[in-house]
Amino acid sequence: MTEQKRMLSLGDAIREGLTEIAVRDSSVLLMAEGIADPSSVYGTTSGIGKYIDPKRIIEMPVSENGLCGVAVGAALMGKRPVINLHRVEFALLAIEQIVNNAAKAHYISNGRHKVPMVIRMIVGRGWGQGPEHSQSMEAVFSHFPGLKVVMPTYPRDGKGLVIAAVEDDNPVIMIEHRWCHYAMGHVPEGYYTEPMDGPRAVHHGKDITIVATSYMTLEAVRAAEALEKLGYSATVFDLRVLRPLMLDRIFESVQQTGRLLTVDTGFSKFGIGAEIVSQVVANCFSELKTAPRRMGLPDHPTPSSRGFVTGYYPDSMSMLRNIGGMLEIAEDRIEDAVRELIAQRKGLPIDVPDPLFKGPF
Amino acid sequence: MSNSAKIQDGQLLRMHYDMLRIRMVEEAIAERYAEQEMRCPVHLSIGQEATAVGACHALQHTDRVFSTHRCHAHYLAMDGDLKAMLAEIYGKAAGCIGGRGGSMHLSDPAKGLIASVPIVASSIPLAVGAALADQIDGKKSVSVAFFGDASVEEGVFHESANFASLRKLPVLFICENNLYSVYTPLKDRQPPRHITEVARAHGMNFATADGNDVVAVFKVTQEAVERARQGGGPTFLLFDTYRWREHCGPGFDNHVGYRTEAEYATWRSRCPIESNRARLQGQELLSPADEETMVSACKLEIDAAFEFAKAAPLPEASQAADHVYA
Repeated sequence: MTEQKRMLSLGDAIREGLTEIAVRDSSVLLMAEGIADPSSVYGTTSGIGKYIDPKRIIEMPVSENGLCGVAVGAALMGKRPVINLHRVEFALLAIEQIVNNAAKAHYISNGRHKVPMVIRMIVGRGWGQGPEHSQSMEAVFSHFPGLKVVMPTYPRDGKGLVIAAVEDDNPVIMIEHRWCHYAMGHVPEGYYTEPMDGPRAVHHGKDITIVATSYMTLEAVRAAEALEKLGYSATVFDLRVLRPLMLDRIFESVQQTGRLLTVDTGFSKFGIGAEIVSQVVANCFSELKTAPRRMGLPDHPTPSSRGFVTGYYPDSMSMLRNIGGMLEIAEDRIEDAVRELIAQRKGLPIDVPDPLFKGPF
Repeated sequence: MSNSAKIQDGQLLRMHYDMLRIRMVEEAIAERYAEQEMRCPVHLSIGQEATAVGACHALQHTDRVFSTHRCHAHYLAMDGDLKAMLAEIYGKAAGCIGGRGGSMHLSDPAKGLIASVPIVASSIPLAVGAALADQIDGKKSVSVAFFGDASVEEGVFHESANFASLRKLPVLFICENNLYSVYTPLKDRQPPRHITEVARAHGMNFATADGNDVVAVFKVTQEAVERARQGGGPTFLLFDTYRWREHCGPGFDNHVGYRTEAEYATWRSRCPIESNRARLQGQELLSPADEETMVSACKLEIDAAFEFAKAAPLPEASQAADHVYA
């Protein structure tokens, strides 16, 4: 395998990115509960202590709000703390410090203070994670001016994004889907950044624009590939950066396709899709050929039992049905394609990651 | 420690001056508040001057002070710019934070007051984080979190105290216990235990002093500062004191029924400025004429600062969205 073809998972790519920036910038502090324990935040902080001053590897007491505040205080003094949370839900304990201090210190100080910090948080899914270990909540954090919010999907992008997030002079929330951690792809060695410059088209087509976040991007690409067998094509955007939300590329695409489908990892109501649809309607009203559709989680908490989660998450099959409806493709043709997608899963249980999504991407 | 506890005469007089200045600024705000030109909530520090002045006199401008909604006294005790403070309260562009925060968010980082946060206990972890940064960098700065008695009811206080104690961080937890959270007395909010017991539970040094005695506050703070600078870790300081006026606003509110006139009168008779004046006069350090000179100097500064703040222009609405992102 040559250097250029080096394959890594997103989880390993993020660890590499954290290592690169921590070595390069001595102001970087890494904080987590169990930062150097045998699990090391699913391996994403593993071994970094070998390369930097151990004073910069900070074991967090189980005090999410306090330690987020500590990170803000250290950031005001010029440090670049990175807090690593095992689940998004733990960030709810810290929402006070995130919203009142991290997001607003720059504004309240009339631009004098900066809060260069990163809070990584991981979305759980599958194996019965249930109501409080699998929420995504990107809409919560994206609500507040002063925060930046990124959701990496692909390994190469994830490494460059985490470095860019640490180098950014603002608080950055980085939401990572646990199932994306397994996605494989080519990752360059060494230091590089991927700018927080908005969505990226990861599949190109002309009949419909699909905007997805995180793991849903992988499902959307699969739906787009199935759609091509029916003689239609979709442009799929990996949204990547939810705040600041930069939708110009999506407006351009919808102006060509006339159709928009959004797919959130979080709840559909009051979700990111609602914001995107709203802005697309305001900017592309005359080009729309049909009403935009939003997909996301239904309006109830995430149950644990695999019996309950049947149909709970959007997937390539349900996306294809929505696309079929919007493009007015005959239902039997869509159902044939859906059956083919189901067959490709080879009876895989609903509550484990689909190996088809490991890539390489 | 015994050496550092010796106070120079000049410092005693400066502390008296600073308390007078705070009292006169706060009274001037109260007098003018009805004009409705200071259009933000004000939480006055009248009665609590000694805790701010005594503690801040033990600090340098290179230390890091974090305050609360009741931040006027801390700002002034750290020698924060008075014109910029009043301009902030008047909502003017020349305010210390450009009119973006108002009275509850005063800061003057060059003087050491890094930030004030009006959510109870919210600024405590910021002080701990500043101390963490200084410890990592091997700096000798000390961080200070000022907070009221209700803050020890907040989880984030305990999270911060636990972490500061664990890592022996150079930070002071200064509790100004004025006995009330808005209208609710301490006894209705906390069990009958001494507040310093929470510091003991976190394995932290602690000390108390009469919060209305500026010299006593100075001495215990100085001791805690020295310990923190020498790597001896955090200290919890408890100063009992009393807010004379209402929680928020310019007036007196003993008549509304949450505390008695007699209780107020007792604390009023223990005025931190009057008692310090008596001490200084007893030591023949301060004559009535000396104090009159101090009052005149404060009045000149205050009048000029109000004139400046009132005349200063409001910020432009076109700049309201500036500084959201660095």
